[in-house]
Order: sequence, then C-alpha cells, then structure tokens
Amino acid sequence: MTTLDSSKEIQKNNSEVKETHEDFRMFGLITFLIADGMTFAGFFAAYLTYKAVNPLPDGAIYELELPIPTLNTILLLVSSATFHKAGKALLKDKNSDSQKWLFITAFLGIIFLICQLFEYFHLPFGLTDNLFASTFYALTGFHGLHVTLGTLMILIISWQSRINGGRLTSQNMFPLEAVELYWHFVDGIWVILFIILYLL
Amino acid sequence: MTISIDPQKANNESLQPKGWLRYFSFSLDHKVIGIQYLVCGFLFYLIGGTLASAIRIELASPISDFMPRDVYNQVLTLHGTIMIFLWIVPVVNGAFGNYLIPFYVGARDMAFPRLNAVAFWLIPPSGLMLVASYFVEGAAQAGWTAYPPLSITTPQSGQIIWILSVLLLGGSSIFGGINFIATIIKLRRPGLKLMQLPMYCWAMLGTSLLVVLSTPVLAGTLILLSFDIIANTGFFNPVLGGNVVVYQHLFWFYSHPAVYIMVLPAFGLVSEILPVHARKPLFGYTTMVFSIMGIVVLGLVVWAHHMFTSGTPPWMRLFFTIATAFIAVPTGIKFFNWVATLWGGKISINSAILFSCGFIINFVFGGITGVALAQVPFDIHVHDTYFVVAHFHYIVYGGTVFIIFSSIYHWFPKVTGKMLNEKLGILHFIITFIGFNLCFAPQHWLGLNGMPRRVAEYDPQFQFVNQISSLGALLMAISTIPFLINVFISVINGKDAGDNPWNALTPEWLTSSPPPVENWEGEAPLVEEPYGYGKEISEQK
Amino acid sequence: MLNKNIYLILIISFVFAISFWIGFNVNLLPAEASINAPIYDELFKILFIIGLIIFIGMTIAVVYSLFKFRKRNDQIGDGIALEGNLSLEIVWTIIPSIIVLFIGLYSYNIYDRMGGMKELNHNHDMMTSNTEKIWAGISQTSDNEIAINNLSIEVSAMQFAFLFNYPKGNFISGELHVPVDQKVSMKMESKDVIHAFWVPEFRIKQDIIPGQPTILNFTPTKIGKYPIICAELCGPYHGGMRASIIVEEESDYNEWFNKNKKPEVNL
Repeated sequence: MTTLDSSKEIQKNNSEVKETHEDFRMFGLITFLIADGMTFAGFFAAYLTYKAVNPLPDGAIYELELPIPTLNTILLLVSSATFHKAGKALLKDKNSDSQKWLFITAFLGIIFLICQLFEYFHLPFGLTDNLFASTFYALTGFHGLHVTLGTLMILIISWQSRINGGRLTSQNMFPLEAVELYWHFVDGIWVILFIILYLL
Repeated sequence: MTISIDPQKANNESLQPKGWLRYFSFSLDHKVIGIQYLVCGFLFYLIGGTLASAIRIELASPISDFMPRDVYNQVLTLHGTIMIFLWIVPVVNGAFGNYLIPFYVGARDMAFPRLNAVAFWLIPPSGLMLVASYFVEGAAQAGWTAYPPLSITTPQSGQIIWILSVLLLGGSSIFGGINFIATIIKLRRPGLKLMQLPMYCWAMLGTSLLVVLSTPVLAGTLILLSFDIIANTGFFNPVLGGNVVVYQHLFWFYSHPAVYIMVLPAFGLVSEILPVHARKPLFGYTTMVFSIMGIVVLGLVVWAHHMFTSGTPPWMRLFFTIATAFIAVPTGIKFFNWVATLWGGKISINSAILFSCGFIINFVFGGITGVALAQVPFDIHVHDTYFVVAHFHYIVYGGTVFIIFSSIYHWFPKVTGKMLNEKLGILHFIITFIGFNLCFAPQHWLGLNGMPRRVAEYDPQFQFVNQISSLGALLMAISTIPFLINVFISVINGKDAGDNPWNALTPEWLTSSPPPVENWEGEAPLVEEPYGYGKEISEQK
Repeated sequence: MLNKNIYLILIISFVFAISFWIGFNVNLLPAEASINAPIYDELFKILFIIGLIIFIGMTIAVVYSLFKFRKRNDQIGDGIALEGNLSLEIVWTIIPSIIVLFIGLYSYNIYDRMGGMKELNHNHDMMTSNTEKIWAGISQTSDNEIAINNLSIEVSAMQFAFLFNYPKGNFISGELHVPVDQKVSMKMESKDVIHAFWVPEFRIKQDIIPGQPTILNFTPTKIGKYPIICAELCGPYHGGMRASIIVEEESDYNEWFNKNKKPEVNL
C-alpha cells in the first residue's frame, strides 16, 4: 500500500503552494482492490469448475466442519465493526479510543489466524491429498495472507495514531481509511469464500 | 482533502541526476520513465528479434539441424514471452502512455509518480532474470502459454523463473494500469471534459481497465501452476486428479484481453498520428470512443475461442464464436473511420504516415483471418498451425509494432527536439513492409496445408515456402539497421525540429521540445479541440 | 457527380470480380479426403471471398487516399474540417454486423453438418448409417458408449508417438489403417501431456488431453496415405511426432486386419 502513497513527498514541501488537486489515493486503492478481487475471482472460478467437472476420486477425503469457520466469520465481521469505531473515534480526535479499537481489531485478526491454523492442523487431509484439498488450502491460504498483511498494517497504524507524535490525526485520516477499506475488502472476500467453500 | 503541489520541488529536482544519467535513476518524471520504458523495451526487442532469427534459420531446412530440439523450444518460449511482456506491452502502454497521457490530461505528472517508477523498475530485473534462466538449467520450454502438464514435466528451474518473471511483469502492468486510470479520470486539468480528450487517452483507459480486470487472474493461475511444480499439488496435473482445461480457461481469460492490451493503445496512437499528417479532424470521435469501450467489454468474454479443440461444450463454442466475430464490428468502425480521416485530407507523405497506413493494411488482413479463426469449424483445421502464427503476427507485428515505429517517427521531434531523417525512415518502412509480408503471408498457406506451429522439423514439401518466409525474416532483421542509424545520427546531428514541426494541435506540441521537467512553463493549456484541423483556430496557441 | 459514381461502381465491381475469381480459382487447401473436407472447403471459400473483398477494398481505399490526397508542394493549409457523418457511420456499423452475423450463423450450420453440435452420449450405435456425419469433441463417456465394431479404435498418445489399438483384433499398430467410406470412431487418451490428433486432408483436429478421454469420429472418402500430425507442443521431439493414416479398400483393410489379428488371451 505504501507505494500508492505517492504524495508523501509532495506534502512535505507545501511552503510555496501553487496548485492543488484532489486526493485520489483512495481511488487508486479501490482500483487496486478490484484487481486483487479478480485474483480471488479466478481462484473461485477454478474451484467451482473443479466442483462441477472433476469428481472426487474414490477413497479421497475432503470433509470440512463448520464450527471454526463460522466462528471466524463472526470474528471478521465484528472486527470490521470495531475498525469502523476506530475511524469514528479518530475523526472526533479521540486518539486513545481509536488506538484501543484498533488494538481490538488487530487482536480479532490474530485470533482469526490462530483459528485458521488450528483448523489446518485438525483437518483430515493435507495440501497434496487431492484436488479439492489443494484448492481449499490455496484459497484459505491466500486469504490468510491478506489477513496477516491487514493485521500488520492495523498494528502499524495503531502505533501511528498514538497521542503524542503520531502521524494519524483527524486531519490526516488517509492511512486509517485505506487500511479500513482493505480490511472490509478482506472480510467481504471471506464471506464469499465461506459461502462457496463451506456452505455450497 | 486536497493535496498541494509545489511545482518547483514536486519531483525533488535537485536530487535527480541531470543529463543522460537521469535515465538510469529512479526518476519520478513521467517523460523520463516513458523513455526508460521505450529504450528498455527496444533492447528486449533486439533480443527477441535475435531469437526469432534463430527460429527462422532453424526452419530454413526441414530437419532439426541448427540447434538442439530442447533449445529450440526454449528459444520459441523466450521469443514469445519477451516480445509480449517485455517489448509490446511495456512500450505501447508504458512508454507512450507515460510520455503522452499527462500532457493530454493537462497534468504535470502521472497520478502516482512513485508507483510509476516502481512499475518501470520491475521490468529490467525480471526481463534479465528471464533471459538468464537459459544459462541455469535451460529456460522454460513449454511455450509462452505454458500449458500444463508439459510445463510441470519439463525442467523445473526454468519454468519457475519464467513464472516469477511473468508475475513481476504482470505486477508492473497492474501498477501501470492503476496509474493510468487514476490519471485519466482524476488528474484532468480543470475544464477539460472527458469527451475532449485525445483518443489515445480513451484507448489507454480501456486498456488499463482490461489490465486491472484480467492480469490478476493470470497471476493467480501462475501461482497455482507454481504450486503444482514446487509443492506437488495437482491443480493442473491429471496424474493427481487435476484438470488441464481449467488452466487454459484461466490463462486465456488474461491472454485474450492481452491481445487488446497490445492493440488498443496502437489504435489510440494511430488516431493521434493520422489527423496531424492528414490535416483533418479525426473522423467520428464519438463512435471511436464507443467502439473502444465495445472492444473492452467484448474482449473480456471471448477467451475460449483459443480452446475450440480442447474440448469445450457445443453451446460454449457457439457463444464464443459469435462474441468473437462481433469484435470485428467495433474494430471495423475504427478502420473505416481512419480511412475517412485520410479521405480529403492534405496528407504529407512521411515515415509516420506510411507506417500508419502499413498498419491499417496489415491489421485489416490480420483482422479478416481473425474473424475466420473465430469460426469453430474453420478453427478446428488450422488451430495450432502456422496459420495462427501468421494471424497473430499480422496483429501484433504488422499492427502494433508498425504503430510503435510510426509513433517513434511522429514523437521523436518532441522528445529530442531533433528531426529524424525522412529518407532513411522511408527506406526503413519499405524494407519492413516487404520483409514482414514476405515472412508471414506464406505462413498462412503452410498452416492450411499441414505445418503445425512450434516445430523444429517439418515435412520437406514445405521447405521452399519456409525459405521464402526466412528470407522475409532476414529483411525484417536488416530493416532495423537503417532505423538505428537514423536514430543515432539524428540524436547527435539531426535537423532542429522546433517546438511543433507538424503544426499539431494536441497539447504535447504546445510546449517546448524537449519539454521542461514540469511539462509547461505556466499553466497547462486547455485544448478543447485536439483535432480541430481545417477550422479557424483563434486561441490554440 | 454522375461520373464519380460510375467510377465508384466500376471499382466496386472490379473488387468483387477479382475476389470471386481468386476465391474460385486459387486453391490453398490440401486434398479433400473425408466427408468433412468438402464442407470445410465450402466455408473456406465463402470466408476467403468475403475477406478478399474487404481486404482489397480497404487497401485500394488507403493507397488511393495516400496518392490522391497527398500534399502537393504548392499546397498550404489543412484539409476539410469533416468531423464525422452519422449516417455513414451507421452504415458501416450495420453492414459489418450483418456480414458477421451471416458468417456466424453460416459457420454454425457448417459445424452442425460436420456433426459438431451433436451430444456425444446419444451416438450409441455407429453402425447404423454412413450418411450421418459425426464430428465430436470431448466427452466424458464410459467405454461401453463406443460401439464394439472393427472401426472403433483406441488411440493413445505419448511423448512422442501415437499408438492405435484395435480392440476387436487385439493388436496395437503404429499406423492407422482404415477402410474407405466407413465411419471410424476413435477414443483418444494421452499418457502424459496434451497432444493433438490432426489430419490436414480430413480437416479435423482434436486435442488429446491427459485425464479426459476425447472422442473423434470421421469418415474417410479417398484412398491414400495421409499424415497424422501432433499439433500441440508436447516436448522436444514435438515436430517429429507424426504417424500415418492409410485409407484403403475394404478388402485390403480386412487383409491387413486379419494378418495382424491376435487370438484373445484369457487371463
């Protein structure tokens, strides 16, 4: 995401302001997320095609249980809400509140990852057991990578929203808004993934 | 929120090297990045061209005698990959897009200059890595399509390096696409409406949409393929229960739009070049815009016409046939409009216009064979033969590469402030045009009569026609010489061009040549009629 | 003005005449040796003529414009400020649409006549008639859907050879022998990577895909020896992966078949 933050340099030298233009970093981020979403779309399409065309060979094990992923869905949905709270708090200049909500969000993200790993270790099949097992791990793994990145970014911005000397203020909301959008995107992908992988 | 720009310091000018050294730096200036793309792409074009010559030398005789068979497969794989991902896509999008788009939208730079530089600097290392993979354990040898299971069973290090470098190049392409979309939509000068933009902006907008929507799918597919190779999973490995046709669907979901990623910008560039040299407005601006968007939409839903012989259900074949054939309609509109643009003009016959007209003729030919190839029963016979090879070279070489040369002749005075030599330019055109048609036209016959593509040895009855083709390839190789001489002579000792040698109306000509770092001395000019030739123009300058 | 129109009509009829002449007199295709081939060639001829008309027409238009509207030395100023012509643009949207739609429907018809649109699973008995042409793509059928007769052949492709198994005769051949004018049904499987079965003289091609058996039916019509070519890159010796198909009189075929036939081995 940092590469999208093109205007860092520009902001530093605003002593002799001559021209202004609107901030379109968010626009760039949305475009990037559409692209990222297409990667997932490709994976989903592959999985659904396999499901329609390739039968599970005899003796192959591919069973999923619902409790952990349902818990994970709830975790992520709640974390979206807590992130939203953090943004609202920052807008009202309540930096410590914002930081608290961000920590909760990051904590939920970490719990999600732990649950995911727990599920991995207790599944009756491994990565190379059969086609569906591979697809399952590829999809959830790729999503888990996104959650990991998101959690790291949340931790970074929660550090930046500290009261004294933090970069994040109600005047400079972009980093928080960007990570929030990304986090909602990751949640949205999870919901689709949950429906396609576990419920269908 | 708004962002303030300080024109003096926006690019950190003092930190950037001056002179030619800036082309080797992490420059944020869109013009420098554009030139970096062009020169880097051209160097890879020379490498890819050398590989093409090696292929044609091998095919001059019906037996496999010039190089070992597996090296031949590596050569054709590298040739395809380099030409597509390191020459045409970066040059026709990255080079001209970066150089021209900020001028056209009246901006001082691209929307995200830093991202722009990152996108460029991904290219040289991944390209060098790809070329260097030949010296490790042999380069990838499954063709640029890398169909599994062949790509899984051939030597692995080469294939993995290939995947890695295509992923990086894809990433570069996506970053570039995001940048172009943001620049065109968001960074327009106040007062400049979308429908007043030069056509190249529309072409790049369409192209970037395709890049953003389809390239990630290729990335995902190649990640799965690399899992198959490294981690022994079975996504595309039938031995482990995988499905090879799924790879083909996912691959072509990117790689068919990739054709439009390669030709749409060329459509945009030719729409800039023709009106200037014909001294006439671009014919049918609005229909041109709609036909670009039509091509974008249709281009996303036609991928399976590459797979008519790989076992798709009948309804799918029918749908993809009709959808593909209908791309000919918006494309045809553009070609009729270009001819109408020429009609009744006062055309200066120079290298730029000759290459553009060569493009029209070659592309019409390639388009006709394209419509034929879209028909399932027709395709079944010629699929994976030299007919297809000839068809897509007519599109990407006869089409896009001709336009790249045309654009170089057109914009060279702007970039360097010097004119290119016209005599050498016309010589370059004549040799290229003859060589190109001599090389590829006979290949249609080869394909129809039974020569499959990607072979090192073939039926001796095809030897004569193959030798004609190789002769054409030789001419194409020779044609680079007058071009290179021309460029070197002109850079050093060319005629002074002045700011606007063609008397063009598009915004890039309204500044000095070469343009200053921030593009304009004062405020960016508002060009409401970029094609207003033949009208009384009161305020343009 | 009238003069101009006459020239235009003359040029257009010239373009049509030369296109039709080339279309009917220049043969770019190999011999026709199966039922599919003449149907294919009919489509080819139509596409060739339409393509030639468009190509020659466009080339003449471009070259003529370059010549007629070139800037003379004494000329200054711009061309006419013509920005578009809606009715003209509508015309060249609608006419290509009609042509494209015609080509699409026509090629659909051709494909149907080749038998490509038939669902494979319904072709159980292949002995019934020779006139019914079946061209078939992929189908995940079970073995019993191929009728057991002399002419169902199992093709296995591997790097870098084709093997033809005649289940009825219990032998495997490296050459494909078939009798003329009889329908042949092949079930094709690949042992390793993707290959393709292509006989240019038959105008048929089908990928042979590992893990997914494909079916290809054809009826040869001309006695002779034709090449079978692998058309999908399959490795270093891809160019050398060839075999022959020998189309012969039924008596010759039976002789060959009986010579190679092996008794059933009961395990």
